[in-house]
Amino acid sequence: MGPFNVLAYIIRRLIGAVLMLLLVSLVTFGIFFWMPKLAGQTTDQIAASYVGKAPTAEAIAATKERLHLDQPVVLQYGHYLKGIVAGQDFKAGPEVDHCPAPCLGYSFRTSQPVLPQLIDRAPATLSLAAGAALLWLVSGVTIGVLSALRRGSFLDRAAMVIALGGVSLPIYFTGLLSLAIFSYNLKIFPGGGSYRPFSEDPLHWFESLVLPWVTLAFLYAAMYARLTRAGMLETLGEDYIRTARAKGLPEKTVITKHALRSSLTPILTVFGLDLGLLLGGAVLTENTFSIPGLGQLAIAAINGGDLPVVLGVTLLAATFVVLLNLVVDVLYAAIDPRVRLG
Amino acid sequence: MTASDETAPAEFAERARPSAFLEVRDLKIHFPTDDGVVKSVDGLSFQLERGRTLGIVGESGSGKSVTSLGILGLHNRQNARVSGEIWLDGQELVGSTPEQVRRLRGRQMAMIFQDPLSSMHPFYTVGKQIIEAYRVHNDVSKAVARKHAIDMLGRVGIPKPDQRVDDYPHQFSGGMRQRAMIAMALSCDPELLIADEPTTALDVTVQAQILDLIRDLQEEFNSAVIMITHDLGVVAELSDDILVMYAGRCVEYAAVEDAFHRPLHPYTWGLLGSMPRLDRERSERLMPIKGSPPSLINVPDGCPFHPRCPYGELTGGKADTERPELRELEPGHKAACHLPLEQRREIWNAEIAPKL
Repeated sequence: MGPFNVLAYIIRRLIGAVLMLLLVSLVTFGIFFWMPKLAGQTTDQIAASYVGKAPTAEAIAATKERLHLDQPVVLQYGHYLKGIVAGQDFKAGPEVDHCPAPCLGYSFRTSQPVLPQLIDRAPATLSLAAGAALLWLVSGVTIGVLSALRRGSFLDRAAMVIALGGVSLPIYFTGLLSLAIFSYNLKIFPGGGSYRPFSEDPLHWFESLVLPWVTLAFLYAAMYARLTRAGMLETLGEDYIRTARAKGLPEKTVITKHALRSSLTPILTVFGLDLGLLLGGAVLTENTFSIPGLGQLAIAAINGGDLPVVLGVTLLAATFVVLLNLVVDVLYAAIDPRVRLG
Repeated sequence: MTASDETAPAEFAERARPSAFLEVRDLKIHFPTDDGVVKSVDGLSFQLERGRTLGIVGESGSGKSVTSLGILGLHNRQNARVSGEIWLDGQELVGSTPEQVRRLRGRQMAMIFQDPLSSMHPFYTVGKQIIEAYRVHNDVSKAVARKHAIDMLGRVGIPKPDQRVDDYPHQFSGGMRQRAMIAMALSCDPELLIADEPTTALDVTVQAQILDLIRDLQEEFNSAVIMITHDLGVVAELSDDILVMYAGRCVEYAAVEDAFHRPLHPYTWGLLGSMPRLDRERSERLMPIKGSPPSLINVPDGCPFHPRCPYGELTGGKADTERPELRELEPGHKAACHLPLEQRREIWNAEIAPKL
């Protein structure tokens, strides 16, 4: 397969991704702006709920005008999409606010544009997710491989029991426990809410993220260890592993070059999905450790009924998942020659 | 394990080094399981010289494949108990370390497997896999190894080997894949080649080509070949000698000519009776052996074949209680059966041979 085909495939998949995101936005938008109408609320009531506490008549009227709430929902959605593609002008009384593309609207609560908020929160989530992903991928796969090779041994059983614990203990338990031990008692790492951006203080950034990384990675590493172990055990029974041994290859080569490569492919798929989901906000971890990331933003927005922010986070999360899936599919074809892109 | 390691060399020194290229003596491969000990191979002995082909025949579960994996040291060392001796070119393998056996694998003894698609790694090109096999045992550059791989592919009859070398196994047809597998097995010039049902997964038309190829290459390389199969046709085509296995033991050993025309074991008669023949007029039906192979955990007392043997009663109960020894009855022809030799010849000539 030539590079041209791969490019064509990627372009086709990107078009598919855009359609997918349209669908996601349509559903989300529908839930927030169409369902209330279906439930029988008047536009005034809807607008009032978007304004906040103690709405004045003027504020309600202004919100109605700004969000075109008098128009059919389809047109409202059209305005929203237009904002993303071309920017949007919001009339708030006599003033006109221009929101440049890609415009995701203004927060109901803070009246700030949504996109800069997302951009502001993304690095924290990215730091958390990327660091944890590296940690869980390396440790999970290593433990899984060792477990499979020493099947039934003490190491295997211990690893799998711990893995079971890792899968079943929620982050807000392990996270709080680790904070209690390593931060408040032993004072090795700073406590919750101490996150600083990398650009401000790299050392502090690192220190504040160690506990969240380990906690988050623990959960995933447990799953990956089990996945890897199962995959390895299956692969080790394959005929081509016997062939590799029959050729006289050293056992190390048989394991790393022949067995591991085959058992990593299913893990890659799961990894793409997991990372994509986390990039959209590691809600539990961010809240446990008070890391100002997208997950915290989303929770705050949901609690406050801040629909434009919720919409924005949802779209961004969906974008991450769709893109990472594309990356996984391309990588898959690179790893397994039997997979044809198309 | 340490104790037996220390005593092993002395023990082996006592026994004479065999003159044959490959000699297997009283090989036993047992697998302890929760249900009991599976005696897959239970006291097997044979010899094989360079340039000769031995066909090992038997039903599924008779221990053929376990024997071959045992010779290559490919059985699972954690759950298999191996005893006896395997002498390959003066070196004893059962008492050797896994590392010593590994060094021999691929270089001095190689194996062709049944299903060439599942036996090659799907993620690597055919060329890469041959290059890998060659470079484990030969300290050469990748370029030299690649040239060798192309050369090998050409020798096993793959057209345009310089292009096909970069193809993946799934891009080959079944027959070509088996040729590539053979090229890989022969890349280091092994002196012993074990072919485990090499044609079973192939088209009938391709089977003959592959067998021809193995025969030609054997002449060229002068290697010893063990052909494991349940297909007597393959054995007739290729082998010099034939070893019939039943329940982990040899029940008859003979030159191919003798095995087909003067077989001395009722089980061999059964195998011949269940083989379709196209070169003769079709008699009514095939005559399959009744029953199924015994469980290798509970091998029947006496002759393991007696529950299925139509002539067992003629031994006066001996077959039910006493295990027949493998005896040399004619020069180079051994069989393990209680029936008097004359009686067996009579049965063969009067009852079996005419119906085949």
